[in-house]
Amino acid sequence: MPVHYGSQLEEHHRVRRDAGMFDVSHMLAIDVEGKPAREFLRFLLANDVARLSLPGKALYSCMLNEAGGVLDDLIVFALDPNRYRMVVNAGTAEKDLIWIVAQRDRLGLPVGVHPRREWALVAVQGPTARMRFWQACEAARAATLGLAAFQGIDVAGMFVARTGYTGEDGFEVMIPAEHVVTLWRSLLGAGVAPCGLGARDTLRLEAGMNLYGQDMDESVTPMESGLAWTVDLSSDRDFIGRAALLSMPLQRQLVGLVLLDKGVLRSHQLVRVGNDDGVTTSGSFSPTLGCSIALARVPRSVAAGQMARVQVRDKWLAAKVVKYPFVRLGRRLVDIRSS
Amino acid sequence: MRFPAELRYTDTHEWLRQEGDGTVSVGITWHAQDRLGDLVYVENPPRGKILKRGEECGVVESVKAASDIYAPISGEVVSVNEELSSSPEKINQQPYEAWMFRLKPSDPAELPALLDAAGYERLVEAEPH
Repeated sequence: MPVHYGSQLEEHHRVRRDAGMFDVSHMLAIDVEGKPAREFLRFLLANDVARLSLPGKALYSCMLNEAGGVLDDLIVFALDPNRYRMVVNAGTAEKDLIWIVAQRDRLGLPVGVHPRREWALVAVQGPTARMRFWQACEAARAATLGLAAFQGIDVAGMFVARTGYTGEDGFEVMIPAEHVVTLWRSLLGAGVAPCGLGARDTLRLEAGMNLYGQDMDESVTPMESGLAWTVDLSSDRDFIGRAALLSMPLQRQLVGLVLLDKGVLRSHQLVRVGNDDGVTTSGSFSPTLGCSIALARVPRSVAAGQMARVQVRDKWLAAKVVKYPFVRLGRRLVDIRSS
Repeated sequence: MRFPAELRYTDTHEWLRQEGDGTVSVGITWHAQDRLGDLVYVENPPRGKILKRGEECGVVESVKAASDIYAPISGEVVSVNEELSSSPEKINQQPYEAWMFRLKPSDPAELPALLDAAGYERLVEAEPH
């Protein structure tokens, strides 16, 4: 996927107002199969796959190491009681596979772990995305019409899921690589605009979605990354990293920042709020808000509404701490005039 | 047209145009805006500022990166294009018309030292793609 196909800003707006598509084939689907698959994933993942009751339903989870550090974030579908599908990030796919297989072997569970390297993946996102997808793939309409958010289904040689990384409605479509060009062309014909990495990053940041490797990595826990909601501690289910998480006092959190001065926030910039120091993890320009936004890791005591300063090159710029997401379903959620 | 013949250029991708009244207009080239992508902020030097050739005098910021602007020649800033505050995208759309600021040159001997269109084109072509 290139950074953009013409104009990154136009691609961004197109997804918020109409439909755009991303070639995300670099991500990897890993199927986990066998009777003990559920038990295995309940131990492997911080979120609890036992919550998935409908066929094809998915949840978002972190995969942790023994110290509670985040190895990756991923989506996992319950295809049927003996079959789950995980979708992991490109940069961590090989590391993840090695880890998953090692854990499986450590537990001695007869579970098959199958990376689906033969698949391509296209994300079609925006308020008109599903409609245009159906125009392009009439054969998939009936089966996918009733899909709930975070639910997927096998149809017409594809796996179609109502998921995404933009904060808009849409589908992510897994398809054998030899058919993806045909799919891409059909989607083009249905009026979906190709969008690149640049727009993908501004869209996900506005939607308050973490980027692994930037907003979190093995050195931080989900709790310090705005992802406590993805860690299911509601039962006494044991999972890798649980003990470490429970034994750690929470000291840092992820917050949103809106830049009030002119400029663009980026990652690794120092943040000062009162007497506290933090650092930006991700930053960019928000085309929907018309100003710069960022995620920042700051002490737990920092609250939304507080004024902050961020060191951008050699100047300290004024910013405001806000809750995130900044935008959802096309609507701005942040008003910098109020707390 | 990517390398207008009537302009002069720097190796930091600014262009310069001699206006009829003795001032010069300064902007960034097609190549510079193409590499930067969609511009979202432009910071110009203030009116009245005396600049030395090569001095950092402003910033253009795109979604992906910030890039410093360097004074192509020495002189006093006599006007600044205010439109760019609200519409920085004009630089992407028409880089050779969306001038950033105008200078009154203090040393005419500096002008011949700038690249001509052919020289700038060679520089751009030599860059890794």
